[in-house]
Amino acid sequence: MSSTQLETRSQQLETDLRDLAQDIVRRAMAGGATAAECVVREGDEFSTLVRLGQVETLKESGSKAIGLRVFHGQRAASTYSSDFSRDSLDRMVKSALELAKLTSEDPFSGIPEPSQLGSLSGDLDLYSADVYSLPGEERISYARRTEKAALDYDIRIKNSEGGSFDAATGHKVLANSHGFVGEYRRSYCSIAAVPIAQSDSGAMQRDYWFSVARSLNRLESPEHVGKVAAQRTLRRLGARKVKTAQVPIVLDPMVANSILDHIFEGVNGDSVYRGASFLAGKVGQKIAADKVNVIDDGTMPGGFGTSPFDGEGIPTRRTVVIENGVLKSYLLNTYTAKKLGLHTTANASRGLAGTPGIGPGNYFLQPGTKTPQEIIAAIPQGLYVTEFLGHGANLVTGDYSRGASGLWISGGELAYPVEEITVAGNLKEIFLNISEIGNDLEFRGSVACPTIRIDGLTVGGE
Amino acid sequence: MWDNDNNRWELFPTRRHLINVDKNRFFFDHYGLTERDLEHYLAAALSAGGDYADLYFEYLSSTSLMVDESMVKSASQGISAGCGIRVISGERTGYAYTDDLAPHRILHAARTAALIASGPAKTPTVGFQERAARSLYPVTLPSVDAEITAKVELVMRADQSARAYDPRIKEVRASYADELRSILVAGSDGTFAEDSQPLARMNVSCIAKTEGNSARGSSGGGGRVALDFFFGEKTPEYFAKESARQAILQLDAREAPAGEMEVVLGPGWPGVLLHEAVGHGLEADFNRKQTSAFAGLIGKRVASEKCTVVDNGTMPWRRGSLNVDDEGQPTQETVLIENGVLKGYLSDKLSARLMGVSDTGNGRRESYEHIPMPRMTNTYMLPGDDAPEDIIHSVKRGVYAVNFGGGQVDITNGKFVFSASEAYLIEDGQITAPIKGATLIGNGPDVLTRVSMVGNDLKLDEGVGTCGKDGQAVPVGVGIPTIKVDRLTVGGTAKKDVGRFMQ
Repeated sequence: MSSTQLETRSQQLETDLRDLAQDIVRRAMAGGATAAECVVREGDEFSTLVRLGQVETLKESGSKAIGLRVFHGQRAASTYSSDFSRDSLDRMVKSALELAKLTSEDPFSGIPEPSQLGSLSGDLDLYSADVYSLPGEERISYARRTEKAALDYDIRIKNSEGGSFDAATGHKVLANSHGFVGEYRRSYCSIAAVPIAQSDSGAMQRDYWFSVARSLNRLESPEHVGKVAAQRTLRRLGARKVKTAQVPIVLDPMVANSILDHIFEGVNGDSVYRGASFLAGKVGQKIAADKVNVIDDGTMPGGFGTSPFDGEGIPTRRTVVIENGVLKSYLLNTYTAKKLGLHTTANASRGLAGTPGIGPGNYFLQPGTKTPQEIIAAIPQGLYVTEFLGHGANLVTGDYSRGASGLWISGGELAYPVEEITVAGNLKEIFLNISEIGNDLEFRGSVACPTIRIDGLTVGGE
Repeated sequence: MWDNDNNRWELFPTRRHLINVDKNRFFFDHYGLTERDLEHYLAAALSAGGDYADLYFEYLSSTSLMVDESMVKSASQGISAGCGIRVISGERTGYAYTDDLAPHRILHAARTAALIASGPAKTPTVGFQERAARSLYPVTLPSVDAEITAKVELVMRADQSARAYDPRIKEVRASYADELRSILVAGSDGTFAEDSQPLARMNVSCIAKTEGNSARGSSGGGGRVALDFFFGEKTPEYFAKESARQAILQLDAREAPAGEMEVVLGPGWPGVLLHEAVGHGLEADFNRKQTSAFAGLIGKRVASEKCTVVDNGTMPWRRGSLNVDDEGQPTQETVLIENGVLKGYLSDKLSARLMGVSDTGNGRRESYEHIPMPRMTNTYMLPGDDAPEDIIHSVKRGVYAVNFGGGQVDITNGKFVFSASEAYLIEDGQITAPIKGATLIGNGPDVLTRVSMVGNDLKLDEGVGTCGKDGQAVPVGVGIPTIKVDRLTVGGTAKKDVGRFMQ
């Protein structure tokens, strides 16, 4: 497959998008808006999936969309369109202005103050054109090699959901009626394998592994990714249930991320001002174990959560969320900051429509000094969790109950795989009971967490 | 509320040629599309060979409103339109899409998708055949075109009703969202289908607070209905009271037990059990690839004799229903499990062809940007003979779960979870105290073998389900009568002194 036509198209559109965003803002203001903000997004994607050595899907396309938010005094409304024809854009502006007459006066609504707006300078290393540089056959070969490494690793790997190679680029422009206009491009590529192992009894297990990067040359080798995928799958074979018990649990980094996500939901300004989070009102108080330090940093060069400005045009920054177990800051956008009488942390995330939400930058738990092996070695009987199933966390009460699978720890070693069990407790205690933090922090997305140990949870089984 | 017999649909006469049809044709009228264009695009898609090609045109317009703190804080409207082009060659699929419906863009996408094949050009069948299809959601005025002030009234009424329910209700968020999706599918085998698919939904979430205690509740519903649905059948007050009731109830919930025990599921939304435990595992793609725990089990016993499970895309007004699937195939009622025996899979065109089975009309996709795959529509268990009270009375110690958040399944090892948001202890045949939310976990291929009682009270959910698979979200429905599962693992926290459930 050729990608040249797509690249030509994005270069041609690039210059237009800035003008278009500013023009839409002008038209909204001319139509009677008291403030306006316009986002334009354009992106290309390529993906291929190879299964059992044969190409199964090839997908290649580009798309674009525009979103407008207008204010009529303190009333807000938004509209969006994927159709950039003159008629459609006119209708988009007109509908937004009409809608803004129907919504309520909200004293806290509005776009940021002019003095808050801006964009980080310098190269943030977010875009590399090389994600599209591979010729079509070689992209397929990346996917094929990743899967093959998994299939060849062990005779018990008998099937596969495939190996994949994906690449994407995105271009985003934001303009508002205070004269702000900013833009950035980001690129992404990834490889993954999803092997299936089968035991003598015929029972199957599936797992996966992947590598993701902003540049092709930072991608891990297909052979490495395939091998890890096979190892992660094989260790699940022969899984059994366990008896209900209260034991220490260790979360591998992929599942430990979810605990960090719960902290994020808990400090999300939108939940905080509504009192929908048990962490509301807890700034300055101890909410986690002493060794817990949580950072959100939207400025890290090359990061998956990095951008020069947030969804409202405010330069991103570094925010200490938890320091030595004490809650230091919520994560906020302009609206929630005003509601709470605080300053925004530049965490506004804006889709095409609706009011801006709150999203992470590069959000992580600072690593400790112990290796995962050392953490496991200290546990006589416990559970090493490699997968959570379901979404059983209630941020209002902190109640927590999820399906899990992993490996049983016996005598400080990973003894045998376990499944069809639950892990339950309350997040208030879970954060306080983080008793070990590993040294294995690695960013595979915008949220990253090392291996952690948590005490006091109930493992539900037979 | 579940009624498949009131004959609200009309059947079109049998096959007619497209050109002669004089009904409204959205893409022909709005984009000047012609039958010649469709043939031209399909020829480009098959220019490098391939077995089959199809075009999926989509025009989606949507509205949403949200009230928070008794203020309408957000209102939005938008449109998205595009065309996805697929070329199948053996087991290979090439896919490209465009959000620009100009002919040269569609041709470019068609030629990109064509690159999956490598052979001499093929010629699509000349002329299209439109299959007879139902009209399951014949709204006269789609809700997206209705007065926005009426929708503002709905969310404001929901807010007021929830707050009036109990002074302990402190926070209320009510939302309303609707859409109208116009689609056109044209295939190189002469397939032609058009549909106009309305969808509307209300949601109310509440937080109840007392000194030192908080709890949440939520409720919602809708379907492929017009706005009047929310002024007649299911009012904002109905959803608001239900949401507030759950929040207040949860204030007094005690810890849930942990471990294996008897579980009774209430009727309706707890049918999410079927969706996770068996539905996904019976989607044909997983079985064609032998990656499902259900692969090779057709004709085998996978449930107790009392269990008959169907997927039915033909229920009028339902959220999971479709006149035709996203490959142009009319939907149908498909028996998945009959009296405990596995009968069939849910298939799309590709799986049907490769597996040599019939296309059950379950080829669905999130949008024109996505490749269709086998998906559920409305999945439910047929009613049995047991009275719901008798089912409760039969349990010595267990859990009665009536409302759920969502669920998830690993189709390869069959393990599934679903999270109860409203549940009670059953002690000596009586429902006693409400318990905190807990995850239930089981094994798909054998959980239904432990169903020992099936109630006579089949109910479908209110119309809130959205199913995700491979990153694609589609609206679905579920339903179930009250059932008793003899053994299921409940993921609570209760210590030995609280419950008697630790083993």
